[in-house]
Amino acid sequence: MHHHLILRVVTKLLCGAIMLFAFYVQFHGDFSPGGGFQAGVIMAVAFIVYGVVFGVNQVKLVFPPWFVHKLVALGVLVYAGTGIFSMYLGYGFLDYGAFDPGHPSHGQHNGILAVELGVGITVTGVMVAVYYAFASRPPTINDEDW
Amino acid sequence: MASETTHDVAHTAMTLIDQLPVLQILIPLVAAPLLVLLGTKRLSWAITFIASVLAFAVSIALLWLVKDGGFISYELGGWAPPLGIEYRVDAANAFVLLLISGISTVILPFAYTSVRAEIAERHHTLFYSCYLLCLTGLLGVVITGDAFNVFVFLEISSLSTYALIATGAGKNKRALTAAYDYLVMGTIGATFFVIGLGFLYMATGTLNMADIAERIADQGANRTIQAAFAFIIVGMGLKAAIYPLHLWLPNAYTYAPSAVTVFLAATATKAAIYVILRFSFSVFQPEFMFETLTFEYLVLPLALLAMFAASFIAIFQTDLKRLLAYSSLAQIGYMLLGIALMNETGITAAIVHLFNHGITKAVLFMGVGAIVLRTGSSFLYRIQGMGRVMPVTAAAMVVGGLSLIGVPGTAGFISKWVLVQGALEKGWWPIAVLIVLSSLLAVIYVWRMVEILYLSSPVVGADKREAPLTMTIPMVIMAGACVYFGFATDITIGASTTAAQGLLGGTTGMIEVIETATQAGH
Repeated sequence: MHHHLILRVVTKLLCGAIMLFAFYVQFHGDFSPGGGFQAGVIMAVAFIVYGVVFGVNQVKLVFPPWFVHKLVALGVLVYAGTGIFSMYLGYGFLDYGAFDPGHPSHGQHNGILAVELGVGITVTGVMVAVYYAFASRPPTINDEDW
Repeated sequence: MASETTHDVAHTAMTLIDQLPVLQILIPLVAAPLLVLLGTKRLSWAITFIASVLAFAVSIALLWLVKDGGFISYELGGWAPPLGIEYRVDAANAFVLLLISGISTVILPFAYTSVRAEIAERHHTLFYSCYLLCLTGLLGVVITGDAFNVFVFLEISSLSTYALIATGAGKNKRALTAAYDYLVMGTIGATFFVIGLGFLYMATGTLNMADIAERIADQGANRTIQAAFAFIIVGMGLKAAIYPLHLWLPNAYTYAPSAVTVFLAATATKAAIYVILRFSFSVFQPEFMFETLTFEYLVLPLALLAMFAASFIAIFQTDLKRLLAYSSLAQIGYMLLGIALMNETGITAAIVHLFNHGITKAVLFMGVGAIVLRTGSSFLYRIQGMGRVMPVTAAAMVVGGLSLIGVPGTAGFISKWVLVQGALEKGWWPIAVLIVLSSLLAVIYVWRMVEILYLSSPVVGADKREAPLTMTIPMVIMAGACVYFGFATDITIGASTTAAQGLLGGTTGMIEVIETATQAGH
């Protein structure tokens, strides 16, 4: 990849912008189109583009596979944890009204933000994990694998 | 019923009892990612076991609450049904929940040793995580009262099942093709199911099962609803391995790790059978001509075919796991036969058999798993004479085998007895004769198993020791359950009869129950 100077420079420039856009989609999702799924994919794209241009081993240094797996699990726990918290407050599972009983729409707002954060984390993790799984495949199958 | 329940300013806090339906799902669902996040190989089994025990306790409490009829409804996210997703527990699904979580709890100690022997240690955390997700999915399929939610949980359980089966690749690479076959077939099944749901949604404009049932009752049957019924039965039929749609099952059961085979054989197809029951009787009305015709002229012959053909194939198998897998197909035939009788006794028989066959197959597959631990293979010629060196294991398997045949004094007898009664009630005595005849085929393959285990000298090269206590204790518990439920039929028959009455009550039954629930200040 040493000769693709433009690609390398543009990728480095874009990665930050892509991540910023992902955060925008994530945290502005309750006012505009978007949310956890879209933001997660966009966030993952930042890493995948980096991996495509600089090689999967380079991106693994920044975003190690074990960490990706933890993220996948963490997101689900954030989501379920929001529901458990509302149960702890004496409401039903994922009843966001619990978070601000005096002003239910605020409660909904906060609940959705928390849940979408969980979705975003998991989707980022899953997309990058899928990319790693494909990109890290050994080129040939060893005899002993069969 | 459909009145919008807005939250009052003075909110009465929900108690733990109120939260039980969601806890049933939530406990394994939270434990699964927790395992991955912690990433400890040592703790993963312990956390899985604790989650399973808690889920079992919840299901006991749920069955206790609904065993005399009535149901518990739980709305998720504060959205009242039919708009929101609803968990609805009545006797029928509380009983299946009890079976699934109970089997899972009993087999986990067995799985501890078996998994260590059959799966590379670096995969243990993910294995148990998949196991918990599979448990979550199966429990979810059963507990939910929302038709689309069934599909979502079905996919959770299916996807984790494919991964679980594929973990058998450490021992035998054919596990990969088995898992892939199942993936293709299972996906087709799930697709058909969701197409059926699409038709239902088109016809009724709702996804809540009770609501769908009400609207179907209002508008009567039309072509869309008939198509929905056909798609749902075929889709679930693939998952339940109804006879001509069974091709994924023998390989999946044979090449999956032993612990997975036990769990799947005892629970996965049962959940699918439950869904068929639920959709046939709670969502669609059995009074509809097309449904009666389907069951009488399509499902009934296929069930009979499964009882004979699958038993016959089982007799000629050379691998004990595969033999038992074909026997499972035959037993699914009995459950379908019960459903196809379409009377209360028949449906009771289907539900009782669902439970009894679950515990019976759990013993047998655990026995095979224990033998595999010592011999490294489940081929009949490799396990010859192991009954002499593993007396407890073999004895438990014999009890399981007797229950499979339906010998009096075992659980299997009870379900076949009720089934025969159902057939006679309907005046279909040839069916009753066929049930008895097909049991004779079971005698042959069970005898083959006994003969191999006891009547030949042990093979050379096998580790000639009894299985460890972690394996024998669950086996003995399950074998004990086979005998116990052969005598104490109050729980099984009682719960199943309530369940069957609830299912056959259809929509009207549900409305009555709602009224009584509101009167009770629910």
